[in-house]
Amino acid sequence: MTESVITCSNVSKIFGPNPAQHLADMKANPGLSSAGYVYAVRDVNLEVRRGEMLVVMGLSGSGKSTLVRCLSRLIEITGGSVTVEGRDIASLSEPELIDLRRRKMGMVFQSFGLLPNRSVLENVAFPLEMRGQDRATRYARAREMLDLVGLKGREDYFPRELSGGQQQRVGIARSLAVEPDIWFLDEPFSALDPLIRREMQDEFLRLKGMMNKTIIFITHDFDEALRLADRIAIMKDGRIEQCDTPDQIVLHPATDYVAKFTAEIDRARVVHIGSLVRPLSGPASGEPVAAQRTIRDLARQLVSDNRSQIPVADAEGKIIGSVLRQEALDVLLGDGR
Amino acid sequence: MAVKAWHVTTAKLLLALAVALMIAKVILPPELIRPPEWLVLPFADWINAAFYFLQNDLGLMSLTRAFSDVVEWLLNVTANLLYGKSRWPNIGPIPWGVIAATAFMAGYALKGWRLGVLSGGTFVWIALMGQWQWAMETLSVIVVAAPFSVSLGLTVGVLAWRSQRFERILNPILNIAQSLPHFAYMIPVVVFIGVGPKAGAIVTIIFSVPPMIHMTLLGLKKVPDEVIEAGKMCGATRWQLLTRVRIPTARAEILIGVNQVIMQCLAMVVLASFIGMPGLGQKLLQLLQSLKIGLSVEIGVTIVLLAVTLDRLSKAWALRLPAHDVPSPRWIDRNRLLVIWLALCAAAFVLAQIFPYFLEVERKQALSVAGPIDSLMDHLIRLIAPVTAWLRWFLITWVLIPMRDAYLWLPFTAVLMLLAAVGWAIGGLHSAAICVAYFGLIALSGWWDRAMITVYMVSISVFVAALIGLPLGIWAARNTARSARILLICDTAQTFPSFIYLIPVIMLFGVNDVAVVAAVVVFAAVPIVRYTIEGLRNVPPELIEAADMGGATRRQVLWHVRLPMALPTMLVGANQSVMFSLFMVIIAAFIGTQDLGQEMQRALSSTDVGKGLVLGFAVAFMGLMTDHLITRWSEDRKRALGI
Repeated sequence: MTESVITCSNVSKIFGPNPAQHLADMKANPGLSSAGYVYAVRDVNLEVRRGEMLVVMGLSGSGKSTLVRCLSRLIEITGGSVTVEGRDIASLSEPELIDLRRRKMGMVFQSFGLLPNRSVLENVAFPLEMRGQDRATRYARAREMLDLVGLKGREDYFPRELSGGQQQRVGIARSLAVEPDIWFLDEPFSALDPLIRREMQDEFLRLKGMMNKTIIFITHDFDEALRLADRIAIMKDGRIEQCDTPDQIVLHPATDYVAKFTAEIDRARVVHIGSLVRPLSGPASGEPVAAQRTIRDLARQLVSDNRSQIPVADAEGKIIGSVLRQEALDVLLGDGR
Repeated sequence: MAVKAWHVTTAKLLLALAVALMIAKVILPPELIRPPEWLVLPFADWINAAFYFLQNDLGLMSLTRAFSDVVEWLLNVTANLLYGKSRWPNIGPIPWGVIAATAFMAGYALKGWRLGVLSGGTFVWIALMGQWQWAMETLSVIVVAAPFSVSLGLTVGVLAWRSQRFERILNPILNIAQSLPHFAYMIPVVVFIGVGPKAGAIVTIIFSVPPMIHMTLLGLKKVPDEVIEAGKMCGATRWQLLTRVRIPTARAEILIGVNQVIMQCLAMVVLASFIGMPGLGQKLLQLLQSLKIGLSVEIGVTIVLLAVTLDRLSKAWALRLPAHDVPSPRWIDRNRLLVIWLALCAAAFVLAQIFPYFLEVERKQALSVAGPIDSLMDHLIRLIAPVTAWLRWFLITWVLIPMRDAYLWLPFTAVLMLLAAVGWAIGGLHSAAICVAYFGLIALSGWWDRAMITVYMVSISVFVAALIGLPLGIWAARNTARSARILLICDTAQTFPSFIYLIPVIMLFGVNDVAVVAAVVVFAAVPIVRYTIEGLRNVPPELIEAADMGGATRRQVLWHVRLPMALPTMLVGANQSVMFSLFMVIIAAFIGTQDLGQEMQRALSSTDVGKGLVLGFAVAFMGLMTDHLITRWSEDRKRALGI
């Protein structure tokens, strides 16, 4: 579980006339003026674990899109290193990088990035075409992917003939065609209407449940991040402010900036009872509650239960500790912030 | 604001200096009135020496000859196919019905039956009027030259896109190339290749490459980043990225480039008659020179139809959006168009085998409307002769000659100061320096008087064109349907080769300055009307609504909202207008002007490369200077308005 697929250490991306030199100068002399340089990403340390879904959340200009492009080496980083499955991607030659992308990576883009002159089928088959697969195989696979995203019957359409939501389904199908291990999604639903966005999120969760991929998902929408993430990394001005599970971010925002996002959130809907678990102090009595349920799910029980400590059981039914009822009620009622 | 005020003060000082030079003309030493002999540099000799070196010492001659042999071979193939010249592959001529049917199907497939009828009808007209041979001579050059230009332009465009340094070198060359008049291209080609169809084809290729380079570059730069990133993430190599992502995504721009290449080719092929290119252009030239109005109108109609057809077809191709077909299991349903085309061609072919009329329309079988046109024109001209004669007399004696004399009277130093003042007012020292440099070079070339005559013709033509074009544009822009109609007319008029405009004016005014100015005025008014309409129509509706709610009258809205907002766009029109009139004035030289164009014709007939290029550059410099000033002004206005 803890094996890391992507590791970033001290990753920086600086835009400007001579960024590498500037970074070296700044190391030697931190007081230097950085006029003319833009720090899109600065000193990011991040680990993405196998099979997890990491959501990078930040407002526009926070460097989240730049960061994800550093991870796939769509842009070259200025300092630090990015390791993908143990290999420093900056050291890869062009053919090796292309090979890595062809086998391991898939990416979905905000404005879809579809090729306007190719039909839906040809778009989805495009990464397979790049790999040199023959026509019959790649079209068969593309049809399979289009079935998966619910676009059967639209194979011969062109991107401009589809709605935004449908176009993004094509983008998703294309990115999954090569069965990537690592799946990048750069604000995939931001260009869509709120209703369609919700539908696509559900669709995405369905797809995610069907496969076991490492996912890096970029969004500017905090609700979306809470809804989808295993862990969230919140970015501001190129730095990661906090990287933790949704429960922990909501319960313990690390900085004032993060707290601004969590302030308006109904924490009871986010926090799972398991996050409040303490070690058993003395005997816990009665029926346990399941750790993976949110406080909101258990609201009725929490209010009516008269135990001060409620035992908590994990997915297998084993007791892992207990929660203080008062603490859970505080979260439910929004007290104690 | 302070900077601006300082600009204006300096500009006023320069203006005062220019006026002082004019007033003091009587006491000025002659060196300040006309560039003195010792100042005139022998540019022509230098260019000739360079060309001599290229031609003889560098062995470039054999290279160009080899290239031209390839072109000639291709020309022979198309000539055989299109009009049955007895060369390999000796299977032509293709019956005219087959070509007309093909044109019809191309139009039908691209945009529907209306375009089909237009393009098919064009070829039927050509055949029935007995102009098949000439039109095919013209077309065979385009068929060979356009693919050359397109592939050349595409290659150079891709290279320029890949290397910024190459682009930086290329850009100024392209700018000059696009402002050199047609004739300037012909002279070096005549030196290297000689006269005749292959020289015509080669000059056509060279002339039509720049817009293709330009559009390729534009298209490649406009491909959205995300599409390229998507391509990279799909594991595309650089070559795959270029050929399967970038170029296909830039399809629309590249095909607009193809459209421009075709139109430039047609314009040049018609003019290449001056260097012995047979075809419609040569026929038109001969007929115009012998003042056979009716026959030249027939040829003119053919050229116009051909231009409109080629333009509409290639534009329809460029703007066609991909759409899915309803899948159909039957082969014949899927390939309906192909089947119809084959059937039509087969029918036309069989007809041609049975009736020779459908293979080739003999001269004596040809229809002609020349007789009726001639007699109609005779009547018309006799009817309006008093008016035109008076107009001609009035314009020549009271407007044109006084103006020309005034321009020639000006000391060249005063002109330079005047331009410096204008430059300074618009763009400060930088623009002033550019203006003086361009016109200074013209002074140094020793063609000052000729250049001033060109300037006088262009300035009066653009002035009159603006007098006609601005009100027409404002009037047309008041109403959506009307502006669409007028824009369509303008678009169509812009596709005509410039030569065509000479037919009606010669008809009305005969061969003199008035005819030239009239042709230039019509040609130059088109972009003014067009951009005035576009500028006025594209003013954001909120602004007009805000003004309406502020209680502005229609006149106030026009003066205070619409026109200021439209000004940058209208300036683009003015810029094009100047460019068009420069080209037109030069082309019109053969009906008798005394400006740079006339000298260029002389250089052409004596194949004097040096002289020809010096004259060409003089014209290009005028265009480039105007372009710089107007673009600068327009961009400043845009910035000030925040658009």
